[in-house]
Formats: sequence, structure tokens, C-alpha cells
Amino acid sequence: MHLKYESFVREPLVDGDKTYHQVTEDIISPIEKKPGRMWYVGFFFSVALLLLGVFSVTWEVYYGIGVWGINRTVGWGWDITNFVWWVGIGHAGTLISAILLLFRQGWRTGVNRAAEAMTIFAVMCAGQFPIFHMGRVWDGFFVLPYPNSRGPLWPNFNSALLWDVFAISTYFTVSLLFWYSGLIPDFATVRDRAKTKLRKRLYGLASFGWTGTAKNWQRHEALSLVLAGLSTPLVLSVHTIVSFDFATSVIPGWHTTIFPPYFVAGAIFSGFAMVQTLLIVCRKILGLEDYITIGHLEAMNKVIVLTGSIVGVAYLTELFMSWYSGVLYEQEAFKWRILGPYWWSYWAMMTCNVVSPQLFWFKKLRRNIPFTFIMSIVVNIGMWFERFVIIVTSLYRDYLPGSWTYYSPTWPEIGFYLGTFGLFFTCFFLFAKYFPVIAVAEIKFVLKTSGESYKKKMEAIDAKSTEEFKHELDHAHH
Amino acid sequence: MAIKKFAVACYDDEEVLFPAVKKVRNSGYKLHDVYTPFPVHGLDGALGLKETDLHVAGFIYGITGTSTAVGFMSWIFCSDWPINFGGKPHWSLPAFIPITFELTVLFAAVGMVLTFCYLNQIMPGVKKHVFHPRQTDDLFVVALEINDHTNEAEVINFLKSTGAVETSVQVAESEWWFGRWDKKEPYELA
Repeated sequence: MHLKYESFVREPLVDGDKTYHQVTEDIISPIEKKPGRMWYVGFFFSVALLLLGVFSVTWEVYYGIGVWGINRTVGWGWDITNFVWWVGIGHAGTLISAILLLFRQGWRTGVNRAAEAMTIFAVMCAGQFPIFHMGRVWDGFFVLPYPNSRGPLWPNFNSALLWDVFAISTYFTVSLLFWYSGLIPDFATVRDRAKTKLRKRLYGLASFGWTGTAKNWQRHEALSLVLAGLSTPLVLSVHTIVSFDFATSVIPGWHTTIFPPYFVAGAIFSGFAMVQTLLIVCRKILGLEDYITIGHLEAMNKVIVLTGSIVGVAYLTELFMSWYSGVLYEQEAFKWRILGPYWWSYWAMMTCNVVSPQLFWFKKLRRNIPFTFIMSIVVNIGMWFERFVIIVTSLYRDYLPGSWTYYSPTWPEIGFYLGTFGLFFTCFFLFAKYFPVIAVAEIKFVLKTSGESYKKKMEAIDAKSTEEFKHELDHAHH
Repeated sequence: MAIKKFAVACYDDEEVLFPAVKKVRNSGYKLHDVYTPFPVHGLDGALGLKETDLHVAGFIYGITGTSTAVGFMSWIFCSDWPINFGGKPHWSLPAFIPITFELTVLFAAVGMVLTFCYLNQIMPGVKKHVFHPRQTDDLFVVALEINDHTNEAEVINFLKSTGAVETSVQVAESEWWFGRWDKKEPYELA
């Protein structure tokens, strides 16, 4: 008798009548089949976008940073906007896999693998922007503290920009390790059922020779738990440090202590939206509706409405503080932000991030898939505008009216941004084809407590009185 | 490298596996290992395995990261190349916190994963004997070490009596080796 008990208030995490083998079959078989036509169309479209990005970046590196629309007043334009946007998106994966693991949120098992993959790809995209913003990108290694012939002259460890270098690279490395250590046993599953020689060989390499002994699993669980514990403060630290890039400078609109929590909430908000966008498509195409259920989507929508509201409160707090501070420059910065030539970006941000997510208070809408899909895109448009608003509308009308300006991007900036979409989706399409999109071993682990058919079996036990149950239990073990 | 003979039992449910493991441990046969497709809670206890010390290693790596970061930045700012930032103290500890934290996490994570691979003896190119191709799918496999003097029929009958759905006798390498997964070794039985 299986005595792990889960309340019936919780809906099942795995729908349908599944055996362990059926779980393997459902999740691994898309890897073994030829991808459909939609996959090829999507993949080649992504590669084309990636090539556009490579062309735009090559153009920028060859002719110099002057081909971008940025100027002396607005030094950070689309480039840093996109950087912060991608890093923010990259927060959901580790939040789902680490923080929700520590909070024992069972529903994370269905979505963590894909969300972590998304995190890694998003951070890869984000990293491109500060690197190419350096201009002389071939000197990029100057940010690393290596013994050099210039003194040695070290980088400034007191600079928020250098903290960023450490934060982003650590985040990328740790996320990758966390993700891959979870993948090892699943790759072994693909390997052991592989029919072709090439697949056997490649997944043999990728699985590191995993066989799943009791001791190996014990260490695996210890590793996952500690990595989760390490990643939890790490996720919060990364966007905190990104916000320090702004908060430690004396620009009106940036120099506020609310930035770290406000940025972290925004990051989780946009990250979950991106997870929704990807998973709604993935579950349909790969036929994984039994594993990524409407319940999963609803849980993520709840996170979206929570973090969206936090972000809304932060916007209003900013407005209040600019008035309450009594500082003329702060007040003017926010006046120009709302009513100046960039008014449309501020109001786009407000509508997409604060107003529209409130619709998720309605359960009907939280469980409506087309609505969730549209909202996930609206949220990410809003979050892009948030970064644009913070960066451009704080800079374009600075202390000196003589240097006021207007900024708009040029084609290499837009091409660069589209190129990172190419990179992101190229990676994601490859992931969806060659990797187990759902953590197979973890699903099997929760199957008997949270699977639909197993929960049904518990109903009979649940109906019994305590005495009856105890009586049967005492006799079952003798 | 040691080629040994094994009696292998496959179970299709962890609820059968637990009593079976208990019986095997009491039977006096030498237990080689138990293979499961996912972590089965309590199995390590049932097998009498000690709790892993991996997290202790992680703590030590983390502390190493902390001291590396603090030590390195302190040395640079106080001794190697002191710079005056607006009259602030050279040893500005609060400003060291972000990098110190990041390096702590980085060292702990990288160190732990490497230790994990070392202890489990896994890395790209490593090959181990797989007793049943479904041991990473839906079968729970118990392998007993036997030798030429063992009465095979008796072991198999015993394993069947514990509820095994499939049994076999295999001669196989008991350790890991470097090899390709698409090639069969001569002593690997089907």
C-alpha cells in the first residue's frame, strides 16, 4: 500500500492512467521521431533571424558603436534595455527549479526542465548585449581579473558593472550545472532504449555513464537540494545586482533603494510569461498535455498576477517618492517620463504590466489557454517597455537642458535584438527535439502521489474511518 | 577491472522491491547493487547505506570561494594597488559583498558537481554494465554477486519467490571503463 498522501484539494499533476513505462514513452518518444513540418519551419526561421543578428553585430563591430542610434545623452539605448529584459526572462527557470523545490511545490516537476532550458538560453542572449556594447569587443577580456602587463591593473571590484560580470557568469554556470545534473539520468533513459547506433553513442556520452544505483541517486538528491539552496539566493542576487547598475548612479529616476526588489519581481513576472509562451506551444506540439496541465498554467498565472501587482505597486511608489522627495530633478524626470515625447512608452508599460494582468484574478481567465498565451506576450511587451522607460526616459532629458535629445534605434540595433530571438529560439527548438522536455525521473517520482489514476485509488482509503484504517494497516504488515 | 557473475532480479514496483531487498539482505547472498529509474525514498536506508557527505564538501568549497574573494579583493585594494576612491577606506567591505557572494556560490556549485561526478564515477566516455535496458525506464533491478560454486537454480528460485518479474544470470564487468555505448563488449551478455 502506497501511503504517501496528498490532499484531494490539489488537482493531479499527471492526468490520465499512466504507468512508469508510459511516462517514459510519452516524454522520450518525440526525441526518437522525425520532427514535424512545423518544427522545420520554426527552426529555419530562427536560424534566419540568428543570421540577421550576426550580420547586424558584424556591421556594428566593423564600423564601430556609432552605427547605433545612441548618443552622448542616451548612452544606453535598446542595447541595455534588451540586456535587462533577457536577464529578467532568465529568472523564471531557476526560480521554478530552486525556490519552488525548497517550498515543496509539486507542480514544478512538470515545467522545470523546459523553464531551466529557457533560463540558460535567455542568459546567453542577455550576455551578448553588454559585451558588444563595449565597442572594442576584442578587449572584452579586460573585465576579468587576470595578472596583466599593465601594472597589473585590476578591474574595479567596487563597480556595479563588474559585479554584473560576476553575477551573470555565476548565474549562467550554476543554472547550467543544475540543469545538466538533472538531465543525466534522463539521458541514460534515452540511451538505454535507443534503437539506432548513433543515438546510443551520443546519449551514452551525454549520460556520463549513469546507471542509477541507489547510492548514485542518494548523492543526486543531495546535490539537487544543495544546488537549489544555493540557487535561491543566487536568483535574487542577479537581478538585484543588475538593478545596482542603475541604483548606484546619480541619475534621477535611477537613484532609488526600491530598485532591487522591484527588479526581482519584474524579472519573475516576465520570466513566467515567457515560460507560458513556450510551454503552451510545446505541450500542444509534443502532445504533453497530460504532464503540463491547465493546473500548471494556472499556478504560473497566479505567480504572474502576484508579481505583476508588486511591479504595479513599485511604479506607484516611484511616483510618490519623486513627489515626496521634494527634489526638483526627480519630479521633472517623472513628469517627462509620463508626459514627455516618450509618453507612449510609459503608458504601454502601465497598461501591459499593471492593468491587464489584473484580469488573472478571474479563475476562468487563468484557466483559459488562448487568453493566457496572449497575456504572456502582452506581459513581455510591457516588461520590455519597462526597461526602455527606465533607461531612455531617465536619460534623454538630463540635468542640462542644452543636451536634451531624442533617441531612436537604427537598423543594426533592431537587427541585433531580433538576432537574439534567433539565438533563443534556435536553441529552444534544438532542445525540444533532442532533450527530454520534461524531467522523466522526477515525474515518475511524483506519479504515485499526484497522478490522476493513483489519486483516485486513494479515494477509497480516504473514505475510511481512522479506526478502520489503522486496523487494516496493522494487519497489512504482518 | 573485474569480471564477475551476477544473478539479476527485476521488479516492476517499488512496493515489491522493498520487502525483496529486505529478504535479499537477510539471505546471505552478496548484494552487488540496486538500480532504479528514479530516486526511491527510503531505499538507501533499506540497503543500509550511510547518508552522503556531499553537502559537507559543498560547504567547504563555498567557504573556499568566500575566502578567495575577500582575500583577493582585500589584497588588491589594500596592498597591491591601493586606489583612493573619494577618500573612502581602502578596505571597503560592504562593496565586496556582491562578488564574495557570487564566488561562494560558484565555488560551491562547481566543486560539488565535480565531486558528485567523481564519487559516482561518471563522466563523458565512461561506460558501465547495464543489467537490464529497462532499469532506467520502469524496472527496479537487484544484482547479486555469485560465483561458480553458487547453485544458480537456487538463487533464481529465491529471487522469483521475492516477486521478481524477470531473472537472469549474467557475466559482466563490475566496475566502470572507457567505452562506446554503441559497441558491445565480448563479455556483455544480451
